[in-house]
Amino acid sequence: MKLLEVSRLKVNYGGIRAVKEVDLELAEGEFACLIGANGAGKTTTLKAICGVLPAAGGTVRYAGESIGGTPAFALVRKGLVMVPEGRGIFPQLTVEENLRMGAYARADAGVAGDLERMYALFPRLRERRGQTGGTLSGGEQQMLAIGRALMGRPRLLLLDEPSMGLAPIMVEKVFEAVRSASRAGVTILLVEQNARLALSLAARGYVMESGAITISGDTASLAADPRVRAAYLGEGE
Amino acid sequence: MNTGSARPMRHSAAIWGGTVLLAVALIALPFALTAVGTAWVRITNLAILFVLLSLGLNIVVGFAGLLDLGYIAFYAVGAYAYALLASPHFGVHLPFWIAVPIGAAIAAVFGILLGAPTLKLRGDYLAIVTLGFGEIVRIILNNLSQPINITNGPQGITLIDPIRLGGIDFAKTEAFLGLAFSGPVKYYYLLLAVMLAVIFIGVRLQNSRIGRAWEAIREDEIAARSMGINTARIKLLAFAMGATFGGIAGGMFSAIQGFISPESFVLVESIMVLSMVVLGGMGNVWGVVLGAVLLSFVPELLRYTVEPVQRTLFGRMLIEPEVIRMLLFGLALVLIMIFRPAGIWPSAVRKRELAHP
Repeated sequence: MKLLEVSRLKVNYGGIRAVKEVDLELAEGEFACLIGANGAGKTTTLKAICGVLPAAGGTVRYAGESIGGTPAFALVRKGLVMVPEGRGIFPQLTVEENLRMGAYARADAGVAGDLERMYALFPRLRERRGQTGGTLSGGEQQMLAIGRALMGRPRLLLLDEPSMGLAPIMVEKVFEAVRSASRAGVTILLVEQNARLALSLAARGYVMESGAITISGDTASLAADPRVRAAYLGEGE
Repeated sequence: MNTGSARPMRHSAAIWGGTVLLAVALIALPFALTAVGTAWVRITNLAILFVLLSLGLNIVVGFAGLLDLGYIAFYAVGAYAYALLASPHFGVHLPFWIAVPIGAAIAAVFGILLGAPTLKLRGDYLAIVTLGFGEIVRIILNNLSQPINITNGPQGITLIDPIRLGGIDFAKTEAFLGLAFSGPVKYYYLLLAVMLAVIFIGVRLQNSRIGRAWEAIREDEIAARSMGINTARIKLLAFAMGATFGGIAGGMFSAIQGFISPESFVLVESIMVLSMVVLGGMGNVWGVVLGAVLLSFVPELLRYTVEPVQRTLFGRMLIEPEVIRMLLFGLALVLIMIFRPAGIWPSAVRKRELAHP
């Protein structure tokens, strides 16, 4: 069974139809990416999937049930977690308080163990555990945002532009964590402008152009596709 | 190992000793105050009512970060509910343990009535709407004497039943164990018990799951939602719980005073309670208690001291006590806000929030 099935999704944003028609699906445990230029509708698609924006048409099915109209907080409780662009860190809570907040919707006793796992995954966060979120660097905040999302033990993780504005070394660390979450069995949909990076990480990819999916397939064939190479990988004919 | 176990024991012994001392002081307090003057017992009772109000408002403003400038409306709702359910006005005389909870429940409904339409508002905009709400409630109470006389308008409601509990009538002086328990002294003990219960609830809330959800909303509402927090429900809960405390305080105020009118529930009272919360330390139960106690007593102390002080210093009275009282009071507020912007005894997170806005 597919964990996520999006069919004929249409979304309006700021008076225009930002997403014209999107079909995409993810199997349980799969790692897929959604690439495309600025303004192609990638973020809008993510927001519609996770319940932040209402869909103007089409259906979104998650774990076998239709989730159209379900509020975002309720989806989080079902394991559908999004790390937004801009990260949404609680600026005056400490790193540890931020991480614990990520486990808010959980009722089990495994939180302390998961906290340790996050510190093992991001040693930098352990060093900064008593520091407030607002005083972290951009890369550290991104680590915290991903760590906090993982604290909720997501089944499906939606990542919006995690490499945005980060130094290359930080990008490396952040994606190492994403890869390890994927290995641990979390299904991931990654939205990225950095197409080269996204295609090297994910197994499958979708290319979005002015509100619609234009090309899709496994990332190896996408990376070899001349259209993708020309438009997104900066390579001439 | 030895020092490790001795230290916490000495520590807990100190806490126990302090608690016992405080308990004895609180129990003996009304008799010491009666020796000075019964007026001081009444002032103390009023101070406890303000502690209840401040703790209620602290849930809304301190915990959830929702600026409410009309909080006194819930006090009014609780007070009028009790007054109408236990006075000759309608000829209904319900006992206080029924009338006060009904008043608290009605106040909670009003809390949700205010909260529901303002869910999407924040900061200044919320402050304006809540300010309007407080005034609307007061004006309705002032005018609901026609066509059917419900609130008796500006004349207010008189002859409200005092509290009776078992065989104890709180309006009469009774002797017990050779001590005279006057009405205000008995009310003091009842209020003390209610206050301890409310403090207990407040402290538990502060460190609870709900308390963490409020903290998250205060910091970043959108991020809170993506933690799986039902922000709408948790904000309504803050309004309802805050209003409930206000309603309880209102009911008891009604019973103690025996008379209420819309004049007791003006905007200045809302501002006063807000000052207690802010000055004491938003979000910290103990700070808020301290703020309420200080702001209740300091003006009273000034009322009794500015005149004799002026006479000894200058030989005559230069400024009216009432004028200088508010002047000094205002000055104290300004000084505290300059030197301790997060309040006298702030919560750790609130302190950080105000240090790095």
